[in-house]
Amino acid sequence: MPTSLAEIAADFREVSARDRLQLLLEFSDGLPDLPERYADAPEALEQVHECQSPLFLAVEVAQEPGVSPGDQRVRLFFSAPPEAPTTRGFAGILHEGLDGLTAAEVLATPAQAPMTFGLAEVVSPLRMRGMVAMLSRIKRQVAVQTAR
Amino acid sequence: MDTNAHADGIDATYAHPERLVTTAWLADRIAAGETGPGSDLVILESDEDVLLFETGHIPTAQKLDWHQDLNDPLTRDYVDAEQFARLMTERGIGRETQVVIYGDKSNWWAAYALWVLTLFGHEKAALLDGGRTKWVAEGREMTRELPALPAAGARAAYPVVERDDAPIRAFKDDVLAHLGKPLVDVRSPGEFSGELLHMPDYPQEGAVRGGHIPGAKSVPWARAANEDGTFKSRAELEAIYLDEQGLTPEEEVIAYCRIGERSSHTWFVLHHLLGFERVRNYDGSWTEWGNAVRVPIEK
Repeated sequence: MPTSLAEIAADFREVSARDRLQLLLEFSDGLPDLPERYADAPEALEQVHECQSPLFLAVEVAQEPGVSPGDQRVRLFFSAPPEAPTTRGFAGILHEGLDGLTAAEVLATPAQAPMTFGLAEVVSPLRMRGMVAMLSRIKRQVAVQTAR
Repeated sequence: MDTNAHADGIDATYAHPERLVTTAWLADRIAAGETGPGSDLVILESDEDVLLFETGHIPTAQKLDWHQDLNDPLTRDYVDAEQFARLMTERGIGRETQVVIYGDKSNWWAAYALWVLTLFGHEKAALLDGGRTKWVAEGREMTRELPALPAAGARAAYPVVERDDAPIRAFKDDVLAHLGKPLVDVRSPGEFSGELLHMPDYPQEGAVRGGHIPGAKSVPWARAANEDGTFKSRAELEAIYLDEQGLTPEEEVIAYCRIGERSSHTWFVLHHLLGFERVRNYDGSWTEWGNAVRVPIEK
């Protein structure tokens, strides 16, 4: 699991259930807005239907010449409405933990990484499927884009 | 306290109009300092998104979380009498306290919470018509502050009251015995037909079978609500449930959805607004029926 994501997971596990919600709220509040090129072109985003709320994401894998596909940097973009703070919180965690990593690092992230945050107790296991699905779709997009 | 004073704005022809309050009425009560833990009127927020309350809530409101507070942590059931009494005491709620509940999604989860309160016989419970969405849409105040709680020693203890599930809660065996009598499936048409379990690549709820309980009528829950989240008028509701669907208030009805959250909304409509005396919520709903061995299914 990438260090950045592992550190966030450790932060969550170290605090009480109540504080975990507060922390999730911070990630929700801190989720960056979509850049204009996506805000103006919603059709370019992929919807994560597994989420209980409308969550859209975009993945960009750099195309630097002379850099192998696995080493190309990944950028992540998310859109979720303010009335869906739990979904935004999940997106915020993935953004902070994975944005800017290499394609290889993102692809190596374990599918069940979202389950290591101790969130299923506070948020509900069903909700966690949404976060697992976000990660799965991000990885699939990275795989598709590095195969080109 | 006279909850009929909220009558302005609530359809007086509902069977039990006192089960709804308007945003204007609630705002006045808050402004008059009549609400909050330990007072005669306690406001509770109950949402699908467990973080929504933290992003801002109605002043003096407290959170009642369906996942953390109302569910037994071990068994698939609601909390028992002691746990419920503790939940209420912690929030400065007494047996005679008027509770007003509101939430997201047209009060789905608020209706669910109200239904659970009803299991424990807490009758002085009403929903905020239009819920959280309407309050926000009207530009009313929201706060992240938590209301002051009366000191632990000063809080009157809520009595330990055993649940009485039978009148409003149906279990799987009750549903099996009920087949042939009115059943209302309040899920989306795709869930009703079973189609939603066959979309490739989309992990579903974990029900191994799709479809509906034989004989159930499909009446998606949202048909009972207006765009702004408020409940439709009695006349409009009767047009749907009585005229269109052929239900009559004298019959026994069971409503279900996925885990009983949306069907609580319909239970509220049939029981409190349309005066059906015998309505039960089958909370096991499709997550149970769709996974149960050898129960009949229709598509």
